[in-house]
Amino acid sequence: MSAIAPERPRRFTRPSPKALLGLAGTAVIVVYCLAPFYWMAVSAFRRSSDLFAISALPSPWSLENFGAVMEAKNGFLRALLNSVIVAGTTTILTLMIATFTAYALARLEFRGKNLLLAIVIATSMFPTISLVVPMLKLFTNTLHWVNTYQAMIVPSMSFALPLAVWNLTAFFKQLPRDLEQAAMVDGCTAGQAFRKVILPLTAPGVFTTAILTFIMAWNEFVIALSMVNRGSMQTATVAISRFTGATGFDVPYGTKMAAGVLVTVPLVIVVLIFQRRIIAGLTAGAVK
Amino acid sequence: MSTVAAPPPSPTRPSSGQQHDPASAAKKRKRDTTRLVAFLVSPTVAVLGLVVGYPIIAALRESLFSEKKGLDANGFVQQGEQFVGFEHYIDLLSGEAGERFWNAFWNTSFFTVTTVTMETVLGIAMALVMHKAVRGRGLVRASILVPWAIPTVVSALLWQWIFQANGVANAILGHKVLWTTEGFQAQLAVIVADVWKTAPFVGLLVLAGLQLIPTEVYEAARVDGAKAWQQFVRITLPLIRPVLLVAVLFRLLDALRMFDLPFVLIGAHKGSVETLSMLAYDEAANTRYGPAAAYAVILFLYVAAVAFVFVKLLGADVFSSDKAAAKKSKSRLKKPAATEVPA
Repeated sequence: MSAIAPERPRRFTRPSPKALLGLAGTAVIVVYCLAPFYWMAVSAFRRSSDLFAISALPSPWSLENFGAVMEAKNGFLRALLNSVIVAGTTTILTLMIATFTAYALARLEFRGKNLLLAIVIATSMFPTISLVVPMLKLFTNTLHWVNTYQAMIVPSMSFALPLAVWNLTAFFKQLPRDLEQAAMVDGCTAGQAFRKVILPLTAPGVFTTAILTFIMAWNEFVIALSMVNRGSMQTATVAISRFTGATGFDVPYGTKMAAGVLVTVPLVIVVLIFQRRIIAGLTAGAVK
Repeated sequence: MSTVAAPPPSPTRPSSGQQHDPASAAKKRKRDTTRLVAFLVSPTVAVLGLVVGYPIIAALRESLFSEKKGLDANGFVQQGEQFVGFEHYIDLLSGEAGERFWNAFWNTSFFTVTTVTMETVLGIAMALVMHKAVRGRGLVRASILVPWAIPTVVSALLWQWIFQANGVANAILGHKVLWTTEGFQAQLAVIVADVWKTAPFVGLLVLAGLQLIPTEVYEAARVDGAKAWQQFVRITLPLIRPVLLVAVLFRLLDALRMFDLPFVLIGAHKGSVETLSMLAYDEAANTRYGPAAAYAVILFLYVAAVAFVFVKLLGADVFSSDKAAAKKSKSRLKKPAATEVPA
């Protein structure tokens, strides 16, 4: 570690072809990732009369499409509120449960631990529709939950909970074990060590997991589509997919693009602010 | 990391302090831990049992039953369900329904193979570029998260707009392709949209794997005269294999349940892009729960089979760390003399 690396002379005059290639590659990736999203955003700001223009920037800029999204008949604000309620409740419930389990999985030795981990991972791989079909029947015929929030929140936990447990376990494992041992030497029980020492320290991990869970729940579609058939209860993703034009035949692309921007921009902002943490959370499961 | 033979016991501590603990105290501690574990773990087990375990069993049962039809002997409309055995499965594997099923099965498999292959290749390429990138790292990292964060439904709409008849895709190609109408072009549109959204995710995972490879390995290879391609095939690929397998497994299972993208981008009841998930949804939405459950069970079994083959044959190491940890703790129990020394 302490060996002194030979100082390589740096040429500032001309970047090497390798560096240029790297730069070009970087540019290609950025364009690949952003161009389609950019096109949606640009189209959202065009007037409906020049919606089909191919220019790189809208001329003139217009908020007409955003006005159309907010029209009462679309019920888009209500859909956004529904999405916030469903995704928010799912996230809070999931994290409350997952934090405890992840702590046990990361820190305590017990029989059946690997089985539990395997179950958690396996459940996250189940096809959502396989769970939705029987639950839809249960909610329709027995519980009469169709068109309720809980009909979307409860099934959403099937993918949110494994994800959260998985991520939090990885975060808990990163914390040095000495912490609890020190606390326990000082007279804490295992439970107290968790509450007073570990929990405050994992706030960043819990927060990251909350963001990931919220994004997953916010983007969910099949469950919301199946469990709700009343317009006022549908979530934003379902609402967007169902936008219809004035006549019912023409596809209101402008309105859809504007709605897409409204649904996505908050996510993109959050993702950009917390990018480091999100990447750490996303890769936590794959890299050990 | 490794368990090595114990150094001479330090004078401040008795040579095997842990082992000399009174048995009753150890037992009590164990009982306390068990109680704590039960308390911490049971909510997750209960919820997963409710939202995953119950539906799977219910789907299995449901797929063997059918709504009673017609009138009974007294002329009343029959209610309730009757056991029909494997009738739903037989029905949906043959005849007209069978055609639709096999078409959806083929579509699902086709989408899975094509998208995951392209995503893996593109993802590795992206990761290599990002790993080498000196400038603009932050920008790349930020932009690569954008496709991941966009809801699939929104990405479907956005590609629908791009692939629209007068859209920008046709303008760039200089051809008028009706992308969103039935046919191979619709499948292509779905593949393009899916690869766009998920290749960056694979890239992120692979990049994390690349960052774990010590640079010394490459330096040694360079000294030995290995060319860039040789380094990639002989060093990079084998060393990122574990991460890559996990990433591909995640993607495979995700692609097998594809629903949102074809449903929104092309539409329901479109033969060229109908997947198994869409088929099951369609039946359930029409309250034909029996056939819907049968489709759901078949898809579930398909996903489980792919996961099993992937984990068993290719050794995708999803739980390696915990197995290793368990082994370590076991060996610690067996060999009390061995002390763990941090590497």
